[in-house]
Amino acid sequence: MSLSKFSDKLFSRAALRGIFAICVFMVLWEVGARSEQWFGYRFPFVGLVPPPTDVLVSWSGLIGDAGYWHSWYKSFLRVFGGFTAAMLIGIPLGLIMAVNKSCYGIIFPTFEVLRPIPPLAWVPASIIFWPTQELSIAFVTFLGAFYTIVINVLGGAKSINKQFIQAALSMGASQWDIFRRIVLPATLPSIVVGSAVGMGITWEVVVAAEMISGGGASGGAGGGLGFFIWSSYVGGSYEQIIVGMFSIGIAGYISSELIRQLGGKFTPWLKTR
Amino acid sequence: MNTTTEDSTKRRAASFSQASSEIVVTNISKSYGAGPFSKQIVTDCSFTIESNKLTVMIGPSGCGKSTLIQLIAGFESPDSGTITMNGKPITGPGKDRLVLFQESALFPWMTTWDNIMYGPRARGEDDAESVELAEFLLKKVGLEAFRDKYPQQLSGGMQRRAELARAMINKPEVMILDEPFRGLDNMSKELMWEYYAGLYEEDRNTNFFVTTDIDEAIFLADRLLIMTNLPTSTRSVIEIDIPRPRRIDAIGDNDRANEIKAEVMTQLHEEAMKSFSGGSKAAADFLDAYSKRAG
Repeated sequence: MSLSKFSDKLFSRAALRGIFAICVFMVLWEVGARSEQWFGYRFPFVGLVPPPTDVLVSWSGLIGDAGYWHSWYKSFLRVFGGFTAAMLIGIPLGLIMAVNKSCYGIIFPTFEVLRPIPPLAWVPASIIFWPTQELSIAFVTFLGAFYTIVINVLGGAKSINKQFIQAALSMGASQWDIFRRIVLPATLPSIVVGSAVGMGITWEVVVAAEMISGGGASGGAGGGLGFFIWSSYVGGSYEQIIVGMFSIGIAGYISSELIRQLGGKFTPWLKTR
Repeated sequence: MNTTTEDSTKRRAASFSQASSEIVVTNISKSYGAGPFSKQIVTDCSFTIESNKLTVMIGPSGCGKSTLIQLIAGFESPDSGTITMNGKPITGPGKDRLVLFQESALFPWMTTWDNIMYGPRARGEDDAESVELAEFLLKKVGLEAFRDKYPQQLSGGMQRRAELARAMINKPEVMILDEPFRGLDNMSKELMWEYYAGLYEEDRNTNFFVTTDIDEAIFLADRLLIMTNLPTSTRSVIEIDIPRPRRIDAIGDNDRANEIKAEVMTQLHEEAMKSFSGGSKAAADFLDAYSKRAG
């Protein structure tokens, strides 16, 4: 994107609308949070929340703090570790179930029984099963993305237009060629969608897992963003809770955008629609 | 340079006009489903797709023509009866019988060029000769400027031409086309008729073309097969003896064409009424009486 295009986009009507909405939200929040101080009457709910200016002050104090960034680093590591594992195992599993009927018959029932179990329900069990706290968090994170990826790959690969396969067959293509050049690219859009959704779930799960498990053996600063929020709560620093929440929002957005950009590179034909 | 290009163009064109193949369908039947839910689609159907002729099959919509294509292409096998190509029974799909489907089956993730080259690459024939042939066909279908575009970026007519090129590069002995121009607007449809007829007249390979459009059938066909309503069998065969090359603007004034059209319409009308009345005697009688009064 060139600079002028970027500035066009930045000052487009849609972008300005978005910026305006965020500003209004901030003002309402500030007024609500300071209601007791300003009007002598505390607004319900929002009156207990620290005002955005305080949050920003608290945040600016953390920008130079190595521990805060280490929390980011830890959570990212877990998210991408679990997510990569989910891709590496989930994509082939989904594809093999779509292509091979007996594999489908063997794997799918087990898969469907395990799928409704929320990843967080796995936390106690995985703390017992896995030798280290770190591995049990990674495992729970993995589960968050795994089911979504498998289901999307399976659905995508099964819904391939039958005529594509027939056309390839009548041109003399081998089974392997059909898999590599028809089934795989036809499934790619579903893989990208599954990954984007899975990435979102991964962030939800990693934060909860960090809160529950106490954030790893090193504790404190080594605990990731989930633990950062939890320890802020325990320590009574309400501004930092909000900082932690927004940090996760930003981190999740960056991750999803990364997946979308990468997905776009792999599926160039979709952009032409 | 110029002469070599011309030579190779001639050679390419020549390489298309050697096939001579005949498909014979004998007493085939096909039903889908089991037990009480079984539905007979094709019954005791026989016809011949004659060598080096353009055979068009026409019948009321939903009469099982697509099923016949699945059988001839070898994607499915008949319950009884035989289908042979040059005397040998058909056992599965093969590049000697290429199918152009109703909806575009161009691979959306491949550019025009990659789509055309799919067949040769799939068979490990990604060599200079195939590339040269693909270049020739790309030019022939007028899509040189759209070589690196994805199917989504092409118009309906362009997609059909790209698909023709993708099929022709495999030098099929028989080309099977299942309502290929359905869904195109009238203007592009007529252009495609002329274009396709031109391609056929160049090499006179064996072509099998399925349609529900009477004008299309008469304009294109050497032989016209009229099918019955479900379960399908062959109702009649008409030799269309209108000289080639045919032209869209002239065919409307051609007496022979109009005569054939009237005949085909009468036959198809009878079959369509059976389909419309859904086997109900009362409905059929009503329709019959109504159409006599209206006619």
